[in-house]
Amino acid sequence: MMAEVTVNQQRANARQSDTTFGHFIYVLRDNPVTMLAFAMLAFFFGCAFFGPALVPYDPLATNAAHALEPPSWAHWFGTDNLGRDVFSRVIVATRLDLTISVAAVALSFVIGSILGSIAGYWGGWLDAVLNRFLDTIMAFPLFVLAMGVVAALGNTVENIIYATAIINIPFYARLVRAEVNIRRNAGFAQAAKLAGASDLRVLAQHIFPNALPPMMVQVSLNLGWAILNAAGLSFIGLGVRPPTPEWGIMVAEGANFIVSGEWWLAVFPGLWLMLAVFTFNLLGDGLRDIVDPRKRT
Amino acid sequence: MGSRTKMILGRVAQAIPVIIGVVVISFLLTRALPGDPAAYFAGPAADEESIAQIRESLGLNKPLIQQFFYYAGDLVQGDLGTSLTTGQTVMSDLAARLPASLELTLVALILSCATAIPLGVLAATRQGSWIDHLCRILVTAGVSMPTFFTGIVLIYLFYYLAGLAPSPLGRLDFIYLSPPHVTGFYLIDAAIAGDGETWFGALKQLILPATTLALFTLAPIARMTRAAMLTALSSNFIRTARAAGLSRGKVLYGYAFRNALLPVVTTLGMVFSFTLGANVLVEKVFAWPGIGSYAVEALVVSDYAAVQGFVLAMALLFVALNLIIDISYALIDPRIGLQ
Repeated sequence: MMAEVTVNQQRANARQSDTTFGHFIYVLRDNPVTMLAFAMLAFFFGCAFFGPALVPYDPLATNAAHALEPPSWAHWFGTDNLGRDVFSRVIVATRLDLTISVAAVALSFVIGSILGSIAGYWGGWLDAVLNRFLDTIMAFPLFVLAMGVVAALGNTVENIIYATAIINIPFYARLVRAEVNIRRNAGFAQAAKLAGASDLRVLAQHIFPNALPPMMVQVSLNLGWAILNAAGLSFIGLGVRPPTPEWGIMVAEGANFIVSGEWWLAVFPGLWLMLAVFTFNLLGDGLRDIVDPRKRT
Repeated sequence: MGSRTKMILGRVAQAIPVIIGVVVISFLLTRALPGDPAAYFAGPAADEESIAQIRESLGLNKPLIQQFFYYAGDLVQGDLGTSLTTGQTVMSDLAARLPASLELTLVALILSCATAIPLGVLAATRQGSWIDHLCRILVTAGVSMPTFFTGIVLIYLFYYLAGLAPSPLGRLDFIYLSPPHVTGFYLIDAAIAGDGETWFGALKQLILPATTLALFTLAPIARMTRAAMLTALSSNFIRTARAAGLSRGKVLYGYAFRNALLPVVTTLGMVFSFTLGANVLVEKVFAWPGIGSYAVEALVVSDYAAVQGFVLAMALLFVALNLIIDISYALIDPRIGLQ
């Protein structure tokens, strides 16, 4: 109990001070790895926004004369079996991959927050039903459940997003439920109620914001996982269709050439994917240090 | 002993609502589709008559609740429908391919536990040393590595460049005959038949996919072992054991490690979830004829019953694995059953 109280205090302190830009800079200076993670994040978002305008070649333009060329000055990441520039395709794919994972995580964030808040605040049978439901989702191997959802809803990019969102909901709902539950009778919540605020208002404006810092950590760790899942689904041929550039599908296409030695087709999109996941994981660890210094490893 | 048995029975009873939930969700996945489920099950090439026939046999013209009981009744009889591509029942397809998946998954898990647990223990006992840093790098890289990518890189390194591994196509090179079917696990079957050459051939095919899967599961196990070992080492009973003058080995392995093992066993549940998912990807990369690649083939041609049967089978397998973990937890932990 004591430990919990101190953690909450620390969280509260961290939250109070990181509203100021100065503290943010202070933390970044303190931890160069987190700074690197933010820089890499900025790079990936840059690729997503400006990539399609900046790449040297059209990612869909085929050129049979330059098929399967190894990396060179003209083609940094080489060319694929149709003579398309792998570098351009990798960069352009950033937008689609990030969109899928950000959309999926945003969906599960919203749905998980609503479900978790309701269950944590009102408790009772609502809580019991939600817990049963979440247990059932977690009883599936999550990637397999995503496959089943996409198979049931139809093989489109939107359904990849929904499937990834569904398998992520339990993590958010449980987190929010726990954070709301420990505060539903806290002094500040009772004070707000005495001041005449409705339950909904107390929940949304006074209690829920306390759950946000740990949620942000979860979002960051989850984004990496969401990208991995989405790329895994398209690797097995779901969602994204060729010739659309997407990391998972590019690795899948490149896999056919690896046994004959054309490694650049699969390795560069794979490395890029890994780098993106790595960025989000690093960021998540860094944010966790900011939010909860006790869990520092 | 009595209360321990009771605890195990209680845990088995807890699995029942979960299984019911799993069946309900997989029912919803098959029936609550936006389109016409009968048309899905009949496949893209079906005519009106066969669709109507399937609608009749699945009871799709009945209310949803009644449909559920039809579905559950079929399940109890082991009827998951018929695969459009193979023409066999989904149940027999899955049963034929399950040993391949299990062999791969189990070998991978043994491999990763055998590496990750000593690594985690060493990292915890020699904090700040190179082995601790190695552990940290492996853990961070491990969670960022897409399994399918690891597999492809390993194929490139060990098959194409080094020429050490056999071609990544299935469980056994075509120059060998598959061993007589006893368990379906090639390593066990070949050993029973006393066929050393086939056993070795099967092992060579297994090493790369199992390593791929093991690298993926290594990270969470090593991380958890390190953390659990650190917690155990800083606890009072270890201080007491040290103060009492027990040998270093006795303190480490007799007291700290046994206690650290409990949280590790608990995380194995989550690790299984990831492993079963990653299994699908690894099977696709190595053309491994397990249930994962079966589902992937079925997905590509919209073979609906096969995919849903696979999802349900995987979920039931996962529930069973979790049950085994919990029961072994009860058996390992001497405190359970004493009260």
